[in-house]
Order: sequence, then structure tokens, then C-alpha cells
Amino acid sequence: MNLLDTLLRCVGTLAVFLVLPLVVGQAEHKVMAHMQGRLGPMYAGGFHGWAQLVADGVKFAQKEDIVPAGADRRIFRLAPAVALLPYLLVLLVIPVGPNGLVGQAVDAGIFFVLAVMGIGVLGSLMAGWASANKFSLLGGLRTAAQLMSYELPMLLAAASVAMAAGTVSLPGVVDAFHWWWVPWQLIGGFVFFTAGLAELQRPPFDMPIADSEIIFGAYTEYTGLRFALFLLAEYAGIVVLCGLTTVLFLGGWHGPFSDSLGWLWTLVKTFALAFVVLWLRVTFPRLREDQLMRFAWTVLIPLALAQLALTGIVKVAIS
Amino acid sequence: MSTLLAAAGSLEPAARSYLSPTGQEIVFLLVGVLVLGAAVVSVTTRQLVHAALWLVVALGGLAVEFLLLTAEFVAWVQVLVYLGSVVVLVLFGLMLTRAPIGRSPDADSGNRPAALAVGAASAATLVTLVVDAFRSSWIDLSGPAGTTRLTGEFLFSHWVLPFEALSVLLLAALVGAIVLSRAKGDGTKPRPGNLRTVLTKTKER
Repeated sequence: MNLLDTLLRCVGTLAVFLVLPLVVGQAEHKVMAHMQGRLGPMYAGGFHGWAQLVADGVKFAQKEDIVPAGADRRIFRLAPAVALLPYLLVLLVIPVGPNGLVGQAVDAGIFFVLAVMGIGVLGSLMAGWASANKFSLLGGLRTAAQLMSYELPMLLAAASVAMAAGTVSLPGVVDAFHWWWVPWQLIGGFVFFTAGLAELQRPPFDMPIADSEIIFGAYTEYTGLRFALFLLAEYAGIVVLCGLTTVLFLGGWHGPFSDSLGWLWTLVKTFALAFVVLWLRVTFPRLREDQLMRFAWTVLIPLALAQLALTGIVKVAIS
Repeated sequence: MSTLLAAAGSLEPAARSYLSPTGQEIVFLLVGVLVLGAAVVSVTTRQLVHAALWLVVALGGLAVEFLLLTAEFVAWVQVLVYLGSVVVLVLFGLMLTRAPIGRSPDADSGNRPAALAVGAASAATLVTLVVDAFRSSWIDLSGPAGTTRLTGEFLFSHWVLPFEALSVLLLAALVGAIVLSRAKGDGTKPRPGNLRTVLTKTKER
């Protein structure tokens, strides 16, 4: 029974992992099209081009899988998996609803999530190096520098929530949530979300994969399914980041009728944040590489430290 | 110390046979062999980046070992610090300087025998120490010994001084790194994006 339960939870997480990123991808087609005053793909499948995503998937699957002659073949092939799998593992521990509606409850959930998300950068580094392409290598280096700079504010912001809740377990954080945490942890939430966007290399933080100067960064030489896996990792990353921000800063399943509709609240909040991610892509111009680094070290880290101090003061005052 | 011992179970020699291992112990041994193998390949391979990637396998395997010993918190810290930061930093440094695809002919050093001797000696010391300290005692893993709460309580009640001393040491290292990297500066630091300052500085070199 116990084994069956575990298996069911894993399969459920896998299903979520396969569906939600695609929904976000489709939403990106449509949201970007509307914000830019155009239609977007409208014909595939009939109603508002819903099958365009399927067509894209088929296109990727049909393409020839090319490994450059000078590449390190094994590492080149392994890289997409290393980039994608961490997000699947993270998704496993994000609590969706009350009463144990979570893939696997992990005791040190916040640590687990941040640790595993940090591994994803290895995939980009491996891809950038193994491609034997100078644009790829430069892109990989930029990715690594960016991820290491933005991991620190992300950790500090998450630590602030852990201090407030008095636990590092993700369901424990949501259990301890009160509505006034939203204004209290507002700065931390901003830092976490922004740093997360930078970790995903989403615009406006997409300098490592900036198409107008280094083609597609670490992923330049990839074609077909392996390229699709990197894209999937990006969308899975959006889902994971929005889910985590929801759980840590927006109270997860809390809302009216949270006993029966808790999972729905988590999903609604996650998708609202995902919409913001897409919105930011259409709104902001790309940050230059030095601006990007300066933003992390001179804006986000001081803000995160200020939030930590504020959390500590309030925590001592109310206890 | 007594609470930790109570939580970890008794250290008395237990009447357990080594000839009928449980599944957990078999996995522990297999992962240990994997870690050892990856570590050996990592120091013997001639391909620099492969060495760093084998290090990932070895350190990740260690995290799995911690997990099997129910020290969950330590395992995640291992992943966060060693896999997520240290190895990435090593790879970053390798790729910034030189990281050819394929074998590096100059990735060989005359210090190999000396390194082998030092490695073997420290391994022998550690193994002797651990074997002598625990002998045939059996630690019951079913207790809450590795949880975050217990680890934190011990770290901040019994080990506060070493913890703080370590953080001061790290701070000193940080300050030292900054001083070293700024020592040669002549005060005119190039503003980001200001091409002229950068160019004149390049000419001076």
C-alpha cells in the first residue's frame, strides 16, 4: 500500500510535469500575440490555433539530431537531461493542497529545492563546453556567472521566509502562513521572484542566450528533440519558480474554501505569477551583461539582507 | 552530548551479524563503491572537464550516502554547497582559462607519486580513526537523529563557538580575496560600458 501510494504520487507529479509547462508555453504564444497587437498562430487545430503546440512538438521530433563533429559527444548528449531533471525533482516536493497533497513531503524542503535547482546550471555549462563552439562557450560562461550571482539573493529571501515560519519544510511554511505575511515578506518575495527569473534566463535577464549577439548561448548547436528538452526545461522552470513563490510568499493553498479547493488556489496563484513572467518578457528590454551583474550585487542582495533584518525584528517583537 | 546519543541510539556493540545485510546496507556499499570509482577516475583522467564532472558524481554519491544514513539536512547542504557552487566554480574557472575538448597532454604532473602518497596516508589515517572510534557499534537509524531541527539545535547549542569561528575565518578569506584582487589597481577603475577607460587600461598592460 505504501509503495503504491509513493508510485501514484510520482506518476501524478510526472503528469503535472508533462502538462503544465506545455500550458505555459501555449499561454506564451497567445499572451505575447495579444500584447503585441497580433493574432499569433491561429489555424492549427481550428479553435484559436490550439494544436500549434502539438505541431511544434512533432516538428522537433522530426528534425535530425545533429552532434557537431568537434563536440564531446557523450557530454553533449547528456546535457539536456541534466538541465531538465532537477525541475522534475523540485516539482515532486512542492505542496499543492492541505492534508498531504504533495508529491513527497521532505523535511528540509526549502534546502532541497534550492540545492537541486542549483544543479540545473551544470546542464548549461556542459552544453556550452561540449558544443565546441565559441558562442556556446561564452553563453555557458555567462549562464554560470549569472546563476551564481543570483543564487545568493534567492537563498537569502528563502531564508527570510524560513525564519518567519520557524521551519524549512515547505508544507510547514504554508501551514504557518497568515495574510499579513504578504506585506511583511513583500521585499523578499520580489527578490526571490526576480532572482528566479534570472536563474531561468527569462527576459529581461536573457543575456546568456541573447539571440542578437551570441545566437542562442549554450544551446546554439542543439537541434531537434534535445533542443526541445532545453526549451521544456525553461517552461518547467517557470512552473517551478511560480509554484515556489506561491508556496513561500503567497500562502499556497490558503484562500476561501481552502479545505476543499486548496489545490485550485495553488494553481490559480501559480498561473497568475506565470502570466507576470510572460508579461515581463513582452514589457522590459534586455539588461546588458554588466547591468545584470550590478543589479544582483548592488540591488537584490542589499534588499534581501534588509528583508532578513526586518523579518528578524518583527519575529522578535511578536514572540 | 547525551541527547544526541539518545537520539542516535546506543553505541553498544550490538548482536548484529555482518553476513546478513539489509537492503539499505547493500545500497550504501554499492554507492560507496561508485563514489570511490568516480573519485579515482576524476584524478586519473586526462580530460580536464571530465575530471570536474566525475567530481560531480563522487560528491553527489556522498550526498546519497548521507541520505541513506538519514542525515537529510547534511545531504541537501552537500548538494547545495559542493555540487551547486564549488563544482560550478571549478568548471567556470576551467572554461575561463583552458578546457580543450579531448585529452590535455599537459594534464600530467611530476608530483603524481607524492600526491598518491599524501592521499593514501590521509585515507589510512581517517579509516583507522573511524574504525577505531566506532569498532563494532551499531547505530540505530530509525530515530530522528538527522532531522533539520535536531541538527540545528546541536549546531547552535553545543557547537556555537566553532561555528562562529568558522564564519570569521570565511569572512577573513573573503576580505583577503578582495584585497588581493584590488591590490594592483591604481584607483582609476574602468566604469562599466565606458570604452575609452577600458581601452587605455588595455594599452598600459
